Amino acid sequence: MTDIPVEKISPTEGDDDVQMPALLGPWALMWRKFRRHRVAYASLWVVVLIYLLALFGEFFTTTEIGETNVRAPFAPPMGISLFVENEDGSTDFQLHAKGLKLELDREAMRRTFVEDPDKIIPLGFFVEGYAYELLGFIPMETHFFGPKNKRDRVYFWGADRLGRDIYSRIIMGTRISMSIGLVGVVVSLFIGISLGGISGYYGGWIDNVIQRIIEFIRSIPTIPLWMGLAAAIPLGWPPIRTYFVVTLIVSMIGWTGLAREVRGKFLSLRNEDFITAARLDGLTDWEIIWKHMVPSFSSHIIASLTLAVPLMILAETSLSFLGIGLQPPTVSWGTLLKEAQNIRTIIQAPWLLIAPGTMIVVAVLALNFLGDGLRDAADPNAH
Amino acid sequence: MLGYVYRRILYMIPTVFLVSIVTFIIIQLPPGDYLDTLAAELSDSGGLDSGTLEALRDQYGLGQPMYVQYWKWITGILFHGDFGLSFEKNLPVNDLIWDRLGWTFAISLLTLLFIWAVALPIGIYSAVRKYSVGDYAATFFGFIGLAVPNFLLALVMMYVAFKYFGQSVGGLVSPEYIDAPWTWDKIVDLLKHIWMPIVVVGTSGAAALIRIMRANLLDELYRPYVVTARAKGMSEFQLLMRYPVRVALNPFISTIGWILPTLVSGEIIVAVVMNLPTTGPMLLRALLVQDMYLAGSLILIVSLLTVLGTLISDLLLAWIDPRIRYQ
Repeated sequence: MTDIPVEKISPTEGDDDVQMPALLGPWALMWRKFRRHRVAYASLWVVVLIYLLALFGEFFTTTEIGETNVRAPFAPPMGISLFVENEDGSTDFQLHAKGLKLELDREAMRRTFVEDPDKIIPLGFFVEGYAYELLGFIPMETHFFGPKNKRDRVYFWGADRLGRDIYSRIIMGTRISMSIGLVGVVVSLFIGISLGGISGYYGGWIDNVIQRIIEFIRSIPTIPLWMGLAAAIPLGWPPIRTYFVVTLIVSMIGWTGLAREVRGKFLSLRNEDFITAARLDGLTDWEIIWKHMVPSFSSHIIASLTLAVPLMILAETSLSFLGIGLQPPTVSWGTLLKEAQNIRTIIQAPWLLIAPGTMIVVAVLALNFLGDGLRDAADPNAH
Repeated sequence: MLGYVYRRILYMIPTVFLVSIVTFIIIQLPPGDYLDTLAAELSDSGGLDSGTLEALRDQYGLGQPMYVQYWKWITGILFHGDFGLSFEKNLPVNDLIWDRLGWTFAISLLTLLFIWAVALPIGIYSAVRKYSVGDYAATFFGFIGLAVPNFLLALVMMYVAFKYFGQSVGGLVSPEYIDAPWTWDKIVDLLKHIWMPIVVVGTSGAAALIRIMRANLLDELYRPYVVTARAKGMSEFQLLMRYPVRVALNPFISTIGWILPTLVSGEIIVAVVMNLPTTGPMLLRALLVQDMYLAGSLILIVSLLTVLGTLISDLLLAWIDPRIRYQ
């Protein structure tokens, strides 16, 4: 026997004891196959976590992202310690970070940070911090984790040259970077399905023209082109407008692959029996495309969409890093990495590179694994 | 074969035309025209000569309809090799770009060779020893290679090289060799530097190609002809190299087509980070100060050379695989 769960679904109860295997829909089958792919399943949770971070960003931060601190330029990451020693020698459990103080290194004539054993910053969960609006409309002051005293400052992942907290900035950057991926994918989905669908369904000269355009876009190096387009965004534009234009530019890459895939599917489905049957039933082209063709390959589309998101995140990061995408004070992973552009800064403050870099790699890896898992699960012929 | 060559070249013409149009649009994107800037600069330096300005205005067709401007621009390039002036440096674009373009393509081609040299043996190994430790290591490397953006890898490698090996980073040669004539020492120094951009740019391509090679070879390895050859008593290595690898090699040639654009793209970003004397930094600078004829020419030539590279790969593929010729 296979491992299909045996359930009783006979409508009339108690007649006889013949058990029918439950019929699982294509989505349930897909989900089940996906669950078996452990890495992909774990990645799903990582991706969900990252998007939750993006959605409830302020709740997880410790400091306002624009807040500078003249006493903490390039402050190194602070560790979290568990126990404090009381005056009488006993130890108590208390999450805390050690404060930092500046010390002059007489040999190198440089100021360096050293741990200040006397200064203890108690940390706790659900602490009071700066005021913000959760999801943009719920006023709150509670933060998930941070210093218990509102006036203390902690730098879990260090600080940048203006003493801004990298940890909080990365969390807030997640919102911009991850949403650019999503919005970009929606735009490419629209262009990709429309053009790919037209191309595959009608064929003929329209197909030829669209294929040439796709080939054209794929045959030229995209970075110089985006650079040219992105550099034309006036610096004076409001951040939100820049954001949307950058998203549009970034989504220019995603749609070609999607359009090709959709076209291929349309070509192979066009002559299937069930499409012919639908046509003979007198359905219009529009109805056939949306009611019969799109549902039969939507799982593939979802998989390729998931694989397109990381590409766009990388594209945004690259453009912002070069200084022609999003501009500070907008915080994204790309603009954060821009702080680590030259080797001297990196040597002085490696965390400027390591922290946002790790976030990007983790997000992109998780999305790639998730997409791969979905693609395998969506393919009925895969074993 | 000749018919295929003609057809393929004919297909290239609309692409080239589209490239030129897009480049022209990019040149036109920034507000104000080129001569406004030039006039402002010339009057600053006190050398404003209305006669010169008028001549230039006429030469580029500024103030006339777009298609006239496009026509003047494209015919200037096609018939006179005139790419316009870089107003930031006040020199013809021609004098500035060719060295840098040469380096960009030298690095891109070397990277392509690097990718092949790495991906071929690893891909074969991964397929033959499926699910071995080495295969998992290669898969892991593949995913990492695809997930790390080029510029991030460049920064990390520069940091590691500087911190742990004390190597001077950035540039293609050490500072003392920059203007020196080509000597043996300079070549050695160049080799010490050039491997880093090549590895950085090549990683993601190599990662992708390993996966492709592995999948293709896995498709071939269990075919009946392999069993037949094995039954005849061929040695395993000879068998592998003579039949399935040769069949699986086709995609290797065709990869030039899609890998070359990404290599050139990657090279441009990495060059900015590593401060290489290639197209990247010059293009970025030109775009930032809106030196549009310089930027446009760079975009145009880089794109055209890439299209040409793709053409060569397609022709190579057709030469190797007759099925493509007769389609």
